[in-house]
Amino acid sequence: MAEVLVLVEHARGAVKKVTLELLTAARSLGVPGAVVFGPPGTAAALADRLAEYGAVAVHAAEADDIDDYLVAPKVDVLAAMVTDRAPTALLVASTAESREVAARVAVRTGNGLITDAVGLDADRTATQSIFGGAVTVRSTVRTGTAVITMRPNSVDAVPAPAGVELHPVPVSLSDEARRSRIVERVEEARSSRPELAEASVVVSGGRGVGSAANFAVIEQLADALGAAVGASRAATDAGWYPHSAQVGQTGVTVSPQLYIAAGISGAIQHRAGMQTSKTIIAINKDPEAPIFEIADFGVVGDLFAVVPQLVEELARRAG
Amino acid sequence: MNTVVLVKQVPDTWAERSLSSADKTLNREGVDAVINELDEYAVEEALRLKEAHGGTVTVLSMGPARVTETIRKVLSMGVDAGIHVTDDALHGSDAIQTARAIAAALGTVGWDLVLTGVESTDARMSVLPALLAELLGVAQLSRARAVTVDGQVVRIERSTDDGYQVVEATLPAVLSVVEKINEPRYPSFKGIMQAKSKPVTTLGVADLGLAAGEVGLAAAYSQVTEVDQRLDRQVGQVVKDEGDGGVKIADYLVARKLV
Ligand SMILES: Cc1cc2nc3c(=O)[nH]c(=O)nc-3n(C[C@H](O)[C@H](O)[C@H](O)COP(=O)(O)OP(=O)(O)OC[C@H]3O[C@@H](n4cnc5c(N)ncnc54)[C@H](O)[C@@H]3O)c2cc1C
Ligand SMILES: Nc1ncnc2c1ncn2[C@@H]1O[C@H](COP(=O)(O)O)[C@@H](O)[C@H]1O
Repeated sequence: MAEVLVLVEHARGAVKKVTLELLTAARSLGVPGAVVFGPPGTAAALADRLAEYGAVAVHAAEADDIDDYLVAPKVDVLAAMVTDRAPTALLVASTAESREVAARVAVRTGNGLITDAVGLDADRTATQSIFGGAVTVRSTVRTGTAVITMRPNSVDAVPAPAGVELHPVPVSLSDEARRSRIVERVEEARSSRPELAEASVVVSGGRGVGSAANFAVIEQLADALGAAVGASRAATDAGWYPHSAQVGQTGVTVSPQLYIAAGISGAIQHRAGMQTSKTIIAINKDPEAPIFEIADFGVVGDLFAVVPQLVEELARRAG
Repeated sequence: MNTVVLVKQVPDTWAERSLSSADKTLNREGVDAVINELDEYAVEEALRLKEAHGGTVTVLSMGPARVTETIRKVLSMGVDAGIHVTDDALHGSDAIQTARAIAAALGTVGWDLVLTGVESTDARMSVLPALLAELLGVAQLSRARAVTVDGQVVRIERSTDDGYQVVEATLPAVLSVVEKINEPRYPSFKGIMQAKSKPVTTLGVADLGLAAGEVGLAAAYSQVTEVDQRLDRQVGQVVKDEGDGGVKIADYLVARKLV
């Protein structure tokens, strides 16, 4: 059976949910092989988890300084693997860095690229949702390897345990791969809540929330639902919530099962980042707010009355 | 330092956008065409770098004839000259072919820095800067929310999902900027008048040294096979809060098995 390579996303010693989704999607195309980048020892620690979702091989591309340079080292390794192994597809998550890696691998190996797939068929046909969800297209690539980036939350991750083998991949960083050096990493905000891009439920607040302190109202609802917290640009620009929480055209694109927008008008740039959410609920005191045009369920009202009542009601029902 | 700034003309985001039924490429008919708003930040940053370090700024845009409007707009913001890559043979090019054509066009001028926006609001691929760095064999500095240039060294703050990274490279480089970086200027009246006499070079496929068969829809690496323009979203229900708004949402969530 054909091989499908999956670029593994991991943080703090854990495989990210999106990678388990990609492995699930990969199984419908062929036999998944996972590629792990990191310092020595990284892949061995992740192998069991990857095997649980069907990876039969874990390729360990390990070097002490591999994470010190932007994008290019990963391109070197993956392009060589694509050329040598001619997999039917290379699947990566639609995150900022991985899509750049994917694009460069595609052009270097002469293969076609599809970004932001929300579905994938056994014949490598990808489904994409474009123009803010208004149009759905199906695309294929005409080349030997299809390089495809997939949006998190597009497929359900389903376990399918496999016996896994660990393969070391030789890594030697060329001068070209060291052109863009990462000299510092700054994490602005980290919470114990799920990661925004991957969360199955997102609760977002906008200008209507009014202040940083008032975001506690949004956080309480998020915690009641096990959700990530998002924000509109108006709220992040005002400094009420970290920029990394911004949902939209120039923030994070989310596609959760449930998206709740409170005090957000629904500007086109905000919608661009959340319109493919499966269910959208809006709370806004202005009945004309454009967010209601895309909401499955909307409440015209004051978020400071509606949201706390919802939190209470969820607690009451949970019993 | 000489900079080339890349801008794309896109259909207005507020307009109803569609794909043509004939060849499944972007429908440009009857839709207002505007500058990709995210590219205005790249233009502004190019002008600021010129103000600080000297040199010239050239705008480059690939697309059909009406793209000249976008090029004129950018010239009126203060950019020195324009390059318009246009040819019927380019119609339907995918991201990789677009990158190849733009890389070839960049080969016709001297530059130290190529500046781009972070993504185009129509295609939303956010890959062109990475593709160009690859094809040109120069450093990739993408998603900058701050830039400093010191001699040949460029340092950026690259925005990431949980903060930022400081990334450093030596010129030449391809640099994309996010909207947090600056506030783009408006064209002045003087700028608009001066733009009329600034030079714009037009380049076709032959000028780029590309064969017509290498670019365009027929040679694209990827292909759209089906288009579904039906809105997948049903119109939802909107209720007024009568003191029970929270309860109603809870009911809805329970009914849909979302909690
Ligand atoms: C280049 C560019 C990129 C951008 N990128 C993004 C992006 O990525 N993400 C993004 O979100 N925006 C983005 N924007 C900004 C976008 O255009 C809007 O300005 C922004 O989304 C508005 O945020 P908002 O809905 O919170 O604020 P507003 O539009 O001011 O809406 C606030 C809403 O809250 C309601 N409200 C007020 N008080 C209450 C209350 N007590 N209870 C209930 N409702 C209340 C009001 O009725 C109103 O509808 C971008 C803009 C540009 C130019
Ligand atoms: N046809 C084009 N002409 C000039 N620049 C472009 C073109 N397409 C994309 N770009 C540039 O590349 C950036 C990223 O585009 P994309 O990868 O299509 O999302 C844009 O913000 C532009 O700066």
